[in-house]
Amino acid sequence: MTTAFNIVVCGSLVPDPLQTLEPIQGPTGPALKNEMMLPSVLDPWAGHALFEAANLAKHHPGTKVYLVSLGPKAKLQQLMMTIAQKVPFEFVCLDGPASGFLDSREVAKALASAIEKIPGLDKTKLLVFGGYSSASRDAGTTMQMIAEQLGISDVFLGADELKVQPDGSFRIMERIEGGQYQISSCAGAPIVIGWATGNLPEPPNNPQVGMANMRTIMPALQKAQPAALKTDGIQYASVQLPQQQRQTKIVKDTPVEEIAKEIVAWIRS
Amino acid sequence: MEKILYLAHTQQDGTLPKVALETLSAAIQITKDLSGSTMMVGLIGQNIQPAADAIAASGASKILGVSGADFAQSRYGSDVKAAEAIANAAGATLIIAPATSRFSRALPGVAFRLKAVIDTHISGIQTTGGTLQIQRWYYRQRMIATLSRTARPWMLLVDSGVFPVWQGAKGTAKVEAVSVALSEKEQRTRVTGVEAPSADAQTIRPDAALLFVAGAGWTKKQPDGQTHSKEAETLILGLLHKAKASLGSSKSLVDQGAEGEAVLSFISHLNQVGQTGATPRHPKGLATCCHGEEPHVVGWRFINERRAVNLDANCGWAQGKADVLYVADAFQVMKKVNELLDKS
Repeated sequence: MTTAFNIVVCGSLVPDPLQTLEPIQGPTGPALKNEMMLPSVLDPWAGHALFEAANLAKHHPGTKVYLVSLGPKAKLQQLMMTIAQKVPFEFVCLDGPASGFLDSREVAKALASAIEKIPGLDKTKLLVFGGYSSASRDAGTTMQMIAEQLGISDVFLGADELKVQPDGSFRIMERIEGGQYQISSCAGAPIVIGWATGNLPEPPNNPQVGMANMRTIMPALQKAQPAALKTDGIQYASVQLPQQQRQTKIVKDTPVEEIAKEIVAWIRS
Repeated sequence: MEKILYLAHTQQDGTLPKVALETLSAAIQITKDLSGSTMMVGLIGQNIQPAADAIAASGASKILGVSGADFAQSRYGSDVKAAEAIANAAGATLIIAPATSRFSRALPGVAFRLKAVIDTHISGIQTTGGTLQIQRWYYRQRMIATLSRTARPWMLLVDSGVFPVWQGAKGTAKVEAVSVALSEKEQRTRVTGVEAPSADAQTIRPDAALLFVAGAGWTKKQPDGQTHSKEAETLILGLLHKAKASLGSSKSLVDQGAEGEAVLSFISHLNQVGQTGATPRHPKGLATCCHGEEPHVVGWRFINERRAVNLDANCGWAQGKADVLYVADAFQVMKKVNELLDKS
């Protein structure tokens, strides 16, 4: 049985992991120094969710993939220049902060409202994907709150695999303790999944896909609604960088035997 | 003055997981620190009486429980319903729970239903001037925040390894049953099993004293112009076996398999350490053939002693990220290390 799904992927931008981050006190709470200037990437686990969605769409004709992003419009536009070439999707843009210091409840509220407003979305075929947790707040709570707001009672977190069974049900592998997977069977859509890394590589850039995506991305950016998020829920006493900086001893021009002896002594100590 | 609910679930054998006993220590400490506060216990599982008996001496004013076959396994729909019912019965202002995979999935949904606020990955708790403050990391262990909230109920999911395991005498606990009826919608998901990795190498074992991290260099061309993946596998597996070490990896090595390049057959995403992987807590870590780039090293935040073997004296490990960097060929070094471990 082939089923067409409506897959909504929630994912936004995070600072490029290679950038040095420094917290500062902004007008509404903690923020990152030069946040608007920092190069950004698509949140890694949300990126995996997007690739999984595209892969599912490829195998289930008629499936539509939407990417719903909350972030500063100008930065999302930059991000789309790279992401748009990866896989086909329709873009839904929410103009607002992408800070990790926001409360996930506010973010979930904004994302769920945006999902509900997607024209023609069939909730009986709805799969809501996102990352296991973001690389900014790293709370792992937003997807469940979206599920609650959308009235979805089947939620999976830390998933690495989703297989659609011949009867239309899903077989899902979720990461649990001890490096194990919990295997679940779910009757079918609607479901919410917070993806871990999955098993798919990052797709290569495809300029044709990029051009097709741009037809929806530019209008979506132009009509992006500002998302009003409350920032007074958390009282931050401090936000600081860990002070731990090691004095690295560099051992070079030393015979392999000596290095090995030192390592073994260290392992045994 | 807070009404504190310590919430936990049992394991398959009816006992509480270690992180739940650590979190119980945290709940007891908070109850003591916030004068006039009381602590209740909420338990979820198939048969919760053994767990209730095990923590009978914890000083809880009441033990509430949801039990039965429907609550034996980790399923979002039933877990949320059970935790919501217990939280409502307790009328708690603070809900403290262990950050197990089961609760990490379910409790944010419970928070939404209770109109509560929630913080996860708690790595420290303190009371300052009668105000409860928590510590948690942001931007994947790159900055740490101390924060508090005035909104109630406030749910806290406490990470493992932060508090000592609670120890106390067993007793006979009286459990007040909270009844929960599941709808058909909440039972659409069935847990059909658990899949364990086929070998020790395929996962990060938290109980090992040493984390051995393999980087992408193991599968790159060596000075002879050839790759030596098979030799790399033998050396790495040899060390894991001889040093009883746990295996971690960089993202680039894990991704190579998916990209069709030479790979180490036993490496999977479950070994991945770093921004999109695990943040293990081993006492010692040894990185090999890995450059120590920031996205990987953020996963080393809680590893105490760090050493690295790399051919590049200016790699990331040299920039204050490792205690010792050996500038050498990891193939040669690990071969010798294995020989020495064999002898000792």
